[in-house]
This record gives sequence, C-alpha cells and structure tokens, in this order.
Amino acid sequence: MSYVAIKGGGRAIQGAEELLEYLRCEQGEGGLPLDLATIKSQLRFLHGRVMAEGGLYHPDLAALAIKQFMGDSLEASFALRAYRSTKPRLAETPCLDTGSMRLVRRISSAFKDIPGGQMLGASTDFSLRLLRMELLDESPERFQEVAAAWLKNMPADQVPDTFPKVLDHLRQEGLLPQVDIPEGKAPFDITREPLIFPVPRSAALATMSRAETGSLLALAYSNMRGYGDIHPTVAEMRVGYLPMLLPHPISGEAMEVGEVLITECEVVAMYEENDSGGTPHFTLGYGACFGHNEVKALAMAVLDRSLQKGMKGGPANPSEDPEFVLLHVDGIDSMGFCTHYKMPHYVTFQSDMDRLRTTQQNLADHKGQEVTA
Amino acid sequence: MKKILEVNSFSKVYGSGCDCCFAETGPERTNICPGCGSVVAAHDVSFSLHQGEILGIMGESGSGKSTVVKSLFFDEPASWGQASFYDNGSRYDLFELNRAQQRQLRSQRFGMVYQNPHLGLNFAISAGGNIAERLLVAGDSHYQRIRSRAQDLLQRTEVLPERMDEIPRNFSGGMQQRVQIAKALATDPPLLFLDEVTTGLDLSVQAAILDLILEIQHELQTAMIVVTHDLGVIRLLADRTLVMKYGRIIEAGLTDQILEDPQHAYTQRLVASAL
Amino acid sequence: MSQNNGYPFGFLDEYAKKEVRRSVLKAIALPGYQVPYSSREMPMGRGFGTGGLQLTLALIGPGEVLKVIDQGSDDSVNAVNLRSFVELTCPGIATTAKTEEASLIQSRHRIPEKALNDRQLLVLQVPYPDPLSVVEPSEDRRKAMHGEADYARLLVKLYEDIVKFKEITISHRYPTRINGHYIIDPSPIPRFDVPKLHQSAALALLGAGREKKIYAVPPYTDAVPIAFDDIPFRIEDFNDDQGRRRTCQRCGCQTSYLDEFIDSTSGEKLYQCSDIDWCNDQLTATQHLEEVDI
Repeated sequence: MSYVAIKGGGRAIQGAEELLEYLRCEQGEGGLPLDLATIKSQLRFLHGRVMAEGGLYHPDLAALAIKQFMGDSLEASFALRAYRSTKPRLAETPCLDTGSMRLVRRISSAFKDIPGGQMLGASTDFSLRLLRMELLDESPERFQEVAAAWLKNMPADQVPDTFPKVLDHLRQEGLLPQVDIPEGKAPFDITREPLIFPVPRSAALATMSRAETGSLLALAYSNMRGYGDIHPTVAEMRVGYLPMLLPHPISGEAMEVGEVLITECEVVAMYEENDSGGTPHFTLGYGACFGHNEVKALAMAVLDRSLQKGMKGGPANPSEDPEFVLLHVDGIDSMGFCTHYKMPHYVTFQSDMDRLRTTQQNLADHKGQEVTA
Repeated sequence: MKKILEVNSFSKVYGSGCDCCFAETGPERTNICPGCGSVVAAHDVSFSLHQGEILGIMGESGSGKSTVVKSLFFDEPASWGQASFYDNGSRYDLFELNRAQQRQLRSQRFGMVYQNPHLGLNFAISAGGNIAERLLVAGDSHYQRIRSRAQDLLQRTEVLPERMDEIPRNFSGGMQQRVQIAKALATDPPLLFLDEVTTGLDLSVQAAILDLILEIQHELQTAMIVVTHDLGVIRLLADRTLVMKYGRIIEAGLTDQILEDPQHAYTQRLVASAL
Repeated sequence: MSQNNGYPFGFLDEYAKKEVRRSVLKAIALPGYQVPYSSREMPMGRGFGTGGLQLTLALIGPGEVLKVIDQGSDDSVNAVNLRSFVELTCPGIATTAKTEEASLIQSRHRIPEKALNDRQLLVLQVPYPDPLSVVEPSEDRRKAMHGEADYARLLVKLYEDIVKFKEITISHRYPTRINGHYIIDPSPIPRFDVPKLHQSAALALLGAGREKKIYAVPPYTDAVPIAFDDIPFRIEDFNDDQGRRRTCQRCGCQTSYLDEFIDSTSGEKLYQCSDIDWCNDQLTATQHLEEVDI
C-alpha cells in the first residue's frame, strides 16, 4: 500500500535551494564570483531595469539581486521590492525639476534643431546589430585600454551639463497648454495607497514607472499598431542624472543629497479641442523611469497619453483602459501569479472533478428533461 | 383614473451650459446653444400619465423625445425639473433618488423596451435567463417558479417556449423585441417605456408587436410612454400625444385631435406628409 | 532591527503593519466588505499567500502559536516555506501542526476539519477576492454593485448553469453571502468547507495580496452560500457507486474531505484525508482503542 507523501516538504525546499546555489557557483575552480561593480558597469541596462521595476534606487542591492538571481530581471527586481517593504518612509522629495538634469543624452524628433542642440550620447539606435566576434575572447588589457583611450581623447567641458527643455519652447510658442500645477495636491503614493479606480494621473504614472518593461511595451505597441492611435512625436527624450532633493531634517529646506540616473520621455500627441471653448493645443504624454531605458520611457509616455484619452471619453481600446493597463503591467504581481499555478491545487481539483462527474451523471440521467429539485 | 406619473419642467442639457442656452434654442431655431455649444436636448417638458393610459411622444431625431424617457428610466441624469411617480400609495421624486432607489424602481416598477435589443437584453445569456435576471433582482429565488414564470411570459409575448434556453442572438429582430417585452413585463410594472420598439422591423412584424402592446394595455392596465417618429404607431397606440421639436413640446393633446386638427405648422407638415 | 537576518520583527515596517491592522478592524466592522489596502511586496510570489502572510505578520506577536497549512497539509512545500519565513522574522513565536494548539492558523484552500474555537484566528489566502469578477470585469462598477448588494447577475449565472448542466457548476470559491449583505469569494476552499464559516466561533480573515484587499467573516456571523430555494447548495459528494460514503484508507474516517489519488503500483483509486492533522488524530484514536482492546 502506498501513502500520499505527507512529509518531506521542508527537505525538498532545502534541496532546491542547495541546487540553485550550486548552479550559481558551478564554474568551480575555473570561476570567480561576479563583483558588484562589474554588474553595475557591464550589465548597466539590466541593472537600471531592476532598480526601476524594483522601485528602489539602490545600486548596490540591485547589483546583489542580479548576482543572486543569476540575471533573472523579474526575480531580481522582486527581491528589491520585497526588501523595500521592510523600510519605513522617512521623508518625501519635493517635485523635482528635470531641467536640472546632468544630461548624457537628449534628442528630439519634433525639430531638426532644438535650443541647446541634439546630443546623441550613447545609443544603439543606429548601431548595426552585428555580433562582434572579437569580444568572444577579449583580453583584460584590451578591455582596460578602451576606457583609458576614450578619456584621454575627450576634451573637457565642451558641452554644458544642463539643457533647456523642448516642451518649454513649445509652450512659449503657444502649441502646448500652460502647466497647471494643482495647489497643495500631493502626488499619489502607490506604495502606501491601493489603487481604487478611477485613479489620478499621478497614480498611473507611478505604476507605469515601476512596471515591467516588456508588459508596458506590449500594451503601448498595441496602441501604436492600430488598437488606438495617439500619434506620438517625441518632443524630447533625455537620459541623465537628476539631482535628488530632500528636506533638511531641521530647517525643512530642500537640499541635494545625491543624484539618480533616469530616462525621461515627453511625447506630443494629436491636438484636441479645448473643453472650455478656448484654443486647441497639442496634448502630452509623459514617461520616466530609473536607469537608462528609453523603450520603457517612450512606451510609458504613449500609454500615459492613451490613458488620459480613455479617462476622459471612455476607453475604446485596451491601452486606453486604466484598469486594464495599470492592473496588468506590474512584473512582480504578474510573474508571482503566473508562478503560483505550479503550486499544488489538488483540493480544488478534487472539487472540480466532483462537479464534472455530477454534471455528467445528471445529463445522462435527465437526457433533456427539466431539472427538478 | 389613478395618476402614475407627473413631470414638471424637465430639462436636459449636454455640455457646460450657459445663461443663454434656453433663450437661444427652441423649435424655431436649433437645439445647439450658439453661446457655449451645449446641446439642449429637452427643456420645460411637462406632462402627466394615468393608469392604463398610453402617451405618445412624437418627433424627429434630435427632438428630445428619447431623452425624456432615458431620464425617467435613469439611463441619464436630468439637468432640471421634477418628476413624481405614484406607486402603492407612495410618491417617488424620481430625480432626487439615490442609485439604489433608482435601481429598485428600474428593475421592479418600470419596464423598458429599447429600439436596439442589445441595450435591453444580455446577448450572452438565454432568453429565459434574461427574464430570470429581473425576477432575481425582485427577490425571487425559486428556480422552478422563475422558470415557469419566464415560460408564461414568453408564451404571452408569443415566443415559442422551446426557445427559452436559446440566446437572443439566434432570434429574429421581432422575436428579440418580444423577449424584451416579456422581460419588461416580468415584474408586472405599472409603467412601461417603449422607445421606437418597432423601428426597423418588417411591416407584418410591426403590426403583430403593436397588437401585442395593445393587448397588454387592456389586460394589465399598464401605463405606457411610447416614443416614436412614426405617425402610424402614434395613431394606433397613443391616447394622448406630445409633439416635440428641438427639445420643446410644441403641441399636446388627444391623439385624434392632433391628427385631425393639428395646430402647429410643424405638426401640420408631419401629418400632411404621412397621408 | 534585531537578529532576524537584518529584517525587523514581522518583516514589514511598522507603518505597514498598522495599516493592515486598521484594515482588519474595518473588515470586521463591515462583514464581507473588501477593504482595499496598499499590500506590500513579500519575499514570496504574488499568489503564494502574500495577502494571508501580511495578515499573519501584522497580527502575530511573541507567545502566539502558529499553524500553517496548504491543501490541508502542514508539510506541503508552500506551508513549510511560509512557516519558516514567519519563524525567521518573528522570534518568540511557536509553531504547531495541531489545530487545537494553534492561536493563529494560516491556510490555503482548506479550513481544518476540527471546529475552531473563539480564541483562534483563521487567516485564508485569497487569489481572487471578488466573486463578481466572473460577471463584471470593471472593478469600479463591481464596487457599486457590492454597495447596492446588486447580485442578480451572479444568480443568473447559477440559473444558466442549471439550464445547461442541470447542476450548479461552481466547484470551489463558492460565492457566499455574509451577514445578509455582501457576497464574498471565500477563497478557493472546497464547498465542503464553506458551511464551517457560518456562525463560526473563530474570526476568519481573508487576505488578497496581489489584488490588495482584506475582508472578514466575524465570529458568530451568517455565511450563506448562494443558491435557489429549490436547488440547494451541495457539498462535494464522496459516496461510491453504491451510495456508501468513502472512507480514508489511512485512518478510516468517514466524514472528512478526501484527496483522491491513483496507487502507482496497483493503478487502484485511493482516498485519504486531506487534513493531515485530523487524519493523524483519527489514527491515534483508533490505535489507542486497539490498545485498550488488548
């Protein structure tokens, strides 16, 4: 007679953990543990993505998470997010001005030339996606030489650090509405309040900023392809370091405590009529996230615009439906729920079988008669 | 005769509205306010309705005839005015009710039959299920009783009882209207709204549906508001008629009187063109 | 901050725990109402009981005795995982597999066979908090429907089921009306367990981490599965072809919820108690009787 295993769960989990740890270290003598600086530098895009999706700008812990979870971006950002749950919120930043960013890249597709000039920066947009076979066996000497040579040939201080914003220019031209900052209205904090629909735009923006890049891209792409049409033009995409201000613990005065690498994208979309009968203006979509992730910032900006459209006139497409978008883009939520289907469900499946068998029996018994109690 | 409904100075404006909305719109002008662009769908509409009576509201599209019914059935909030519904010794101030009270009246004391059956029926569930929904809202929780009631209603509205468990998608347009009527009647409502119910149907089907409505009126003494652009429907069904244009009532009275001796030039044109 | 691997007691920061407790109070005050809360990320996946876990962590304190079960078993991988996490982050608590010893029971998919008492707290893990989601996808509209106790569309679903299948086909997560108003999703417990919520001495708290909702069935409160007057709610049928109640092949119990499985060698279908603690108790009792006999 055999028994259902009613013991051994604990040992099984431990075994799985040990095996995972072995996999991480399986190179044995031939290998060295990844150091965090290498992750931050050589896996910078993954690193930025993990901080953005984890919702915590902590370069060291993000690198640790990438190392620990062997490059799985979902798991790594998940661990960062869980770590965040243990931390109280001690202070709030004021609204920060991205005009003060120390830029490493900024472009506009709306104008050939923009005040301050285009700055291509580091971008793969126009690189040929050809595998560089010489990197298959890259020597440390040659690797270190690249940076040294680059820095040596770089003339110092030729470009300014900060640039004016393209949108300010459009505003001066009267093509965009003036900024309307609601007095005394704090942005919605999605880490402290649940989303109860309808939600304010700040809640939507915060949710998308933490969203999983691929999910955001898929929904934004649906809008670009034809399930919706906001017709975006990139007014400005900027990547750089944003000075972070916090209130002084005693004086309350805002003081700079450091800077974070962010990507910001502002798209200008089709103009619409003014509700109060005034002049029509272009409309805006806004995207921003930690790290250097232009696809995410742009996808978010497109969705921001499409959601505003849906909030106003009712959604005509999934990408215009706030519930549909905001409840399905979080990587931690969606991957967790997807994974949970692997857990045992035999109690509920037993119940399912009971229903099916009873139904089969009933239909066989009745053969089309009316059901009686 | 018992009074069922009394509407006083009902108005409905879509848009922001401004001071000149009512002065600058009307039957001689348009229903769009030149000042703010708002649509004055109905203004200063007053009438009453008694038990067993059929009131016709006639007009072209944009006249506001459907707006009146939509607001009374809570599909859209009224902008101004007052409406009293008298039922079992109580008076309900229709435009002052909260959502739950509105739902209660809507689901049990009013019936609505829309021109578009998609608005009145859930196409994903069976014809019987549609009727069951109304009975369930009303608090019946006995499966067999619900089923036999649904069967009776479908029989009464001349839908084959064998088709009770089919989804409305499989039905012809006339049959869908019959199911809608059966659903509306499920709770024996004292007041029924009929919004262009025969529009778009074949003539023979139209006639059969109109007959059915008259039979129901005689049998159940249900008061009805019939909204239509069709003079024939008015002639056949309505005891009294309101004629609307650009949101205003331009003529009201006994149907025979209006059809025989129309006073307003617009009504005269309508009647003449139908002859 | 203490010896717990660098994590505070109960893992969550104090503000988070306070928010959960306040939501619990609200949930008890409005039986069956889904209280939205911000729901922090836990170090296990959404869907693995993060809602239940936040309740447990916010409510547990030193001296409490915790029991964690999944599918009725204290030793299934997920139960072990959750229990060791609570042990790790909550020094000073005790754990048990015995239902009667526990002051707080966190469970997925089952309510213990042994009746709970008024000193015990039951925490159920919830994947889908809203029973209306099958008839209305928009949360905004569902909220209004709950407020008005507008559940006709849910009942129509039962009606359509009976028309089509001559039977209500809902197997688990059976919609249950609490205190005459709100209808809840009682979590994926089998129908067999739903009546245990009715007038239960123990407080039942239900937590959905991913969907960010907490709701409660307070002690001694009505919990009535929805049904028709003439077509009653029915629990799972464990009778064989001859109409005899199947018994647990391990302890012989004739009243418990059974797991069905296939003997890997004989290919025979076997049945065994799903609640392992209950099964062990029955087994001890029988053995004890046998000893007395000798």
